[in-house]
Amino acid sequence: MQSKIPDIIQTVPLLNYVLLASILFIIGVVGVLIRRNAIIIFMSIELMLNAVNLLLIAFSSYRADASGQVFVFFIMAVAAAEVAVGLAIIVMIYRNIRSIDVGLLDKLKW
Amino acid sequence: MEYLKNILSLPPIYYTFAILSVLTLFGALGTVMSRNPVHSVIYMIVTFFSLSAHYILLNAQFLAAVNIIVYAGAIMVLFLFVIMFLNMKQEAEEMKKEKIIYTAVITAVILGGILIIFLRRAEREPVNPLTYNSQSGMIEVLGRSLYGEYLLPFELISILLLVAMAGAVMLGKREAGERHF
Repeated sequence: MQSKIPDIIQTVPLLNYVLLASILFIIGVVGVLIRRNAIIIFMSIELMLNAVNLLLIAFSSYRADASGQVFVFFIMAVAAAEVAVGLAIIVMIYRNIRSIDVGLLDKLKW
Repeated sequence: MEYLKNILSLPPIYYTFAILSVLTLFGALGTVMSRNPVHSVIYMIVTFFSLSAHYILLNAQFLAAVNIIVYAGAIMVLFLFVIMFLNMKQEAEEMKKEKIIYTAVITAVILGGILIIFLRRAEREPVNPLTYNSQSGMIEVLGRSLYGEYLLPFELISILLLVAMAGAVMLGKREAGERHF
């Protein structure tokens, strides 16, 4: 079946999407490293997941293969489950220590 | 001057890509840098909307809609709800520690260097216009793939969501006694 290739695939090289996703992922990593607020660390993890989603969709679209987009669908479902459980844990931590600063959670430090 | 002329002669879709990328990275940086967690959430929503626009550009309409509904709609509301529920008044002072900042910058540079050096070498076959299927991001093709080839993972995901829901309710429940662990 012959069909029209989208403009973006003809004009923008795939490398641009790879670089964009890499930078987004690195911003997420830096966020996890420099922040001590548990909720912001959580949002940085979401940023990293979204960087991977963008990369998977870009590859899938440039190769016209639907499998990559199915994986993105699964990643979104797993992220939703992770956020529900993670935020419940954060609320529980707040109830116990009245703070969500991860620097205070050092009881397991050797 | 030559460089400027090259930039000006780029096709409009390239400008769209560049503007959306800048918006995405602006939102991501705002998420990480802002002191107030509510501002972080709003920057994050900017990032999600611009990522959805990227998905539409890449011809993945279904995932663009799902991204807005699930991420910008459900997950961010959950974040906002928890932030307002916890009522965090104190300002974050974690940004002042130089040691952590230096470590993070060094890590970012090393990781970015590795990723960019190796991904630049990634080669890709040019798109073949005869076999290219522009419908691959549409809901029909995705549905066939999801309910055919990936049926088992799809069912497992539903179990995972059920378990996560039960787990969240269990964790959020207030228990008797001083400690709630």
